[in-house]
Amino acid sequence: MQTINNVDPDIKNELAALRETHGDVVKVSEIASVVKSIMSSMKGDLTANDLELYHELEALASYIHDAKSDIAALRPDEVRDEYIPTASDELDAIVQATEVATNTIMDSTEEIEAVMATLDGEQADKLMNATTNIYEACGFQDITGQRITKVVKALKDIEVKIDALVTAFGSEIEKVKADAPVEEPAASEITDADLLGGPQQEGEAATQAEIDALLASFD
Amino acid sequence: MAVDKKMNILIVDDYKTMLRILRNLLRQLNFVNIEEATDGSMALQKLRQGNIDFVISDWNMEPMTGIQLLREVRADDKLKHLPFIMITAESKSENVIAAKQAGVSNYIVKPFNAETLKTKMVSVLGDF
Repeated sequence: MQTINNVDPDIKNELAALRETHGDVVKVSEIASVVKSIMSSMKGDLTANDLELYHELEALASYIHDAKSDIAALRPDEVRDEYIPTASDELDAIVQATEVATNTIMDSTEEIEAVMATLDGEQADKLMNATTNIYEACGFQDITGQRITKVVKALKDIEVKIDALVTAFGSEIEKVKADAPVEEPAASEITDADLLGGPQQEGEAATQAEIDALLASFD
Repeated sequence: MAVDKKMNILIVDDYKTMLRILRNLLRQLNFVNIEEATDGSMALQKLRQGNIDFVISDWNMEPMTGIQLLREVRADDKLKHLPFIMITAESKSENVIAAKQAGVSNYIVKPFNAETLKTKMVSVLGDF
């Protein structure tokens, strides 16, 4: 550490000038300008390597700041809270719908088999082959179900990682939300894009009877 | 010796649809006594009741998988000689090797057809 006697002459001069301007007591409000003034006189003490390192750190800090803002602007909270749950629900609905359809196909096939039991010879053999083929084909539901289950699991893994991202960038995300709030459309304003959400989930969808009643209400 | 079509077959799968498909295909092969379980532990419980002659099991189930069920069966003095076919979408060679090492009687990859099911059953039980 330098003692007052071997302080750089430039700094000594700077201090003398400051004393001239501010006296021996510096007000709190003036500290920043005093420090800045002294710091500017210290530049000569830094080596070229120090300055380069300083600039690189400054650039790195700026890069990190921009990256954080960019990630926050992607709104990972929306991905976690809206897109992933919606995708999971849609996939679950596919599994349920194919299961219902497969069981309906098998109900009908079993009825055909019951009729087949009353027949003999070639006709019975043909029906037997056809029903066997139907049962084999129904195996698609098991395979697609397993594939979709894998996708749902992958979505859950992504959700965990996004949750960690949201936790890490919470304050930046809140800032982005505050800076660019999403404008809620007016209640009466329905765009064409709003009309493209189907097929609806069970419970959200209107029944044919409800649709007929709605149509009839225009008469 | 002719295969007894009245033998008790246990089919194990966590997909109810697949259980129904298997039941129907086995019925078309004239097997009439078919029991069902939806995972390995339920299957083991039924097996330990003592009247099952043949097992056809899926692999990927919870909480007890098909391979765990197979190991339990082979480690049980009363069950260890039971014919056991694995029928699964797990088609990697590592799976087949692991099943073989655990003592599987035969292995069918999903999706499968009725002819494959019959061929594999014949290879384990003899012609029918």
